[in-house]
Amino acid sequence: MTGITLAQAIKGEQVIVASIVESDLKSKLMELGIIAGRELTVLFHAPFGDPIAVDMEGFVLSLRKSEAELITVMKIPA
Amino acid sequence: MKIALLGNPNTGKSSIFNLLTGLRQHVGNFPGVTVDKKTGSLTIDSVQHELIDFPGTYSIYPHSKDEEVVYSILSDKNHKDYPDLALVVVDASNLRRNLFLFSQVYDLGIPTIMVMNMSDVATRKGISLNQERLQKAFPAATIVSSNARVGLGKERILEAIKEKELLGHEPFLLNAKLAESTDIASQEAEAEHRYSKINDLVKLVEVERKVKTEDSFTNKLDRILIHPVFGYLIFAAILLVIFQFIFSFATIPMDLIDGAFAQLADWTSATLPPGVFTELLSEGIISGIGGVVIFIPQIALLFFFIAILEESGYLARVVFIMDRLMRPFGLNGKSVVPLMSSVACAIPGVMATRTIADWKERMITILVAPLMSCSARIPVYTLLIALVIPETTVGGIFNLQGLVLFALYSLGVIAALFIAIILKWLIRTKEKGFLLLELPSYKAPRWGNVGITVIEKVKIFVLDAGKIILAISIVLWFLASYGPSNSMEEASKNAEKVALEMNLDEEATNDLVSSVKLEKSYIGIMGKTIEPVIQPLGYDWKMGISLITSFAAREVFVGTLATIYAVHDDGEKNQPLIEKLRNETTAEGRPVYNLASGLSLMVFYVFAMQCMATLAVVKRETKSWKWPFIQIGYMGVLAYLGAYITYTFFS
Repeated sequence: MTGITLAQAIKGEQVIVASIVESDLKSKLMELGIIAGRELTVLFHAPFGDPIAVDMEGFVLSLRKSEAELITVMKIPA
Repeated sequence: MKIALLGNPNTGKSSIFNLLTGLRQHVGNFPGVTVDKKTGSLTIDSVQHELIDFPGTYSIYPHSKDEEVVYSILSDKNHKDYPDLALVVVDASNLRRNLFLFSQVYDLGIPTIMVMNMSDVATRKGISLNQERLQKAFPAATIVSSNARVGLGKERILEAIKEKELLGHEPFLLNAKLAESTDIASQEAEAEHRYSKINDLVKLVEVERKVKTEDSFTNKLDRILIHPVFGYLIFAAILLVIFQFIFSFATIPMDLIDGAFAQLADWTSATLPPGVFTELLSEGIISGIGGVVIFIPQIALLFFFIAILEESGYLARVVFIMDRLMRPFGLNGKSVVPLMSSVACAIPGVMATRTIADWKERMITILVAPLMSCSARIPVYTLLIALVIPETTVGGIFNLQGLVLFALYSLGVIAALFIAIILKWLIRTKEKGFLLLELPSYKAPRWGNVGITVIEKVKIFVLDAGKIILAISIVLWFLASYGPSNSMEEASKNAEKVALEMNLDEEATNDLVSSVKLEKSYIGIMGKTIEPVIQPLGYDWKMGISLITSFAAREVFVGTLATIYAVHDDGEKNQPLIEKLRNETTAEGRPVYNLASGLSLMVFYVFAMQCMATLAVVKRETKSWKWPFIQIGYMGVLAYLGAYITYTFFS
């Protein structure tokens, strides 16, 4: 399993958060519950591919691609 | 007792607030930020308590200017708004994320009541909770459940407040202490630590969680509403409906209000003894109040729709599909509704920017909204187009007058987007704009909440912006009705003499008298004074006077011209006025209203901030005079330059 960014994950893909790039947004993302080990599912992309929506146990969060790029994730094999 | 109401966004916090306080709400200021401080009063056993509604946040640590109030108040025991007790609304279907904020507040040592809301949603999602285990983790907290959407839980919450012992307690997180608002590293460490403890707790508390997490109704609806084709079509259709309502249907109550205030003013001046006070009352104050009340239908209608869109969860989808398109302009997906409604009227448009969380994007939206051509410009455009644009057909099908009108609207939109790009570069903020927005499940709007939002917005407009509008309209009335020494009276006596010699009837005499009076008034003098400044744009002092008076509202331009030219206002097509203006010539015999000066005036009105009500609303919404003055300034420069270039090009 190699790490990709959340922005690269495709629709319907289930991933586990590995780490977050040091940035202004890191603490905000963490407070939303995006913490290493957390499972996410990519629900859908907006038209033009940006922003994206991810499901976190029924809490649907939308984030811009630039924001998703800060999050490194591991794919969960189906 | 001061009670703080806290909670994540989309937990039904405002429903709880409305449930507890009903209409006993008051909107005030938190110092230094643009979020309103909503407070409500609660009476329990004839003791009155103050409930303060804090902005919905995911954490007590601030990530935007407006979230700072939460931190600055909760971290300062000596703050005048420091609460004796905190009600934290928790979404039962999203326990993990909601416990983050809850446990932070709990760890501050504030006596805390957990309002467990939306348990119906949790049940639908197949989640069942063991409340005893939750209670054990937070022994000092009172846990009550509610379902604010159906109005359940008020009694239980009031009971809990009454019974609450205001004592300190041990924190949930060992060694918990509040990080400095700027100490990001400690906040990150705390988040990690806190979530790991919450994860353990949630495993204990959520005794059952079915695998299927997604709400299938929401998912199905999203497939259509976020669709690259249908998503935009549906949004366009919704905008069209809203626009139609504000633009057309609001005119019915507006005409009634207009008529009622005109009658009231006539009645007052006819009934009360003549004098300065009666004039002030009938022409200054009553018409000034009328100028405030007239906007209520548009504001109420727009917020009726926006509240529905927001309550139903659709507004978040609008942001989702529009974000990418608006971003290059420094705007937000949520800027679309305010900008579109500004085509009807900028006032509700500016007020609607409240939904934009990012400060910079909100400021840019507010600053460019009045560039969208609003309905008050239509009388100005149509008069000038009828005057200087020939009624010919271009390219076989297009009516030239229609094309010009279309061009004026387009010019406004293009200018708004262009200025937005410039402002994006000019306005510097430490905060980087981010989206990070929750897409809540779709649900039917609660009509009680919609109604309260409409009432609140109307109240804010009338009470806050209304004061400024009234003050400016009284000043404008004074300047138009009075002049230095006796010059006005002499002029009006002369005019009466002239009228007698010319054998004019009573109506024409009155028109003539009003005309010379206006010319000799302070505004008349101001109009003449600015003539050298506006001459390069192709305007004379008569237009100058009309420009000044139309600061009250753009459509006043037409009425003032009618007064100056002593034309009786026929109220409809302005045919006599158009005839008169067409025959108006300069000393050299050239028509005053020619293609160049007409187009120059139109361009001026596309750009100029000729609306005191918008000015007042921008002051109210930005909580400072800085932004309205910047707006008047840049729009004035744009108007002057635009008009100058147009005039030079066409003459």
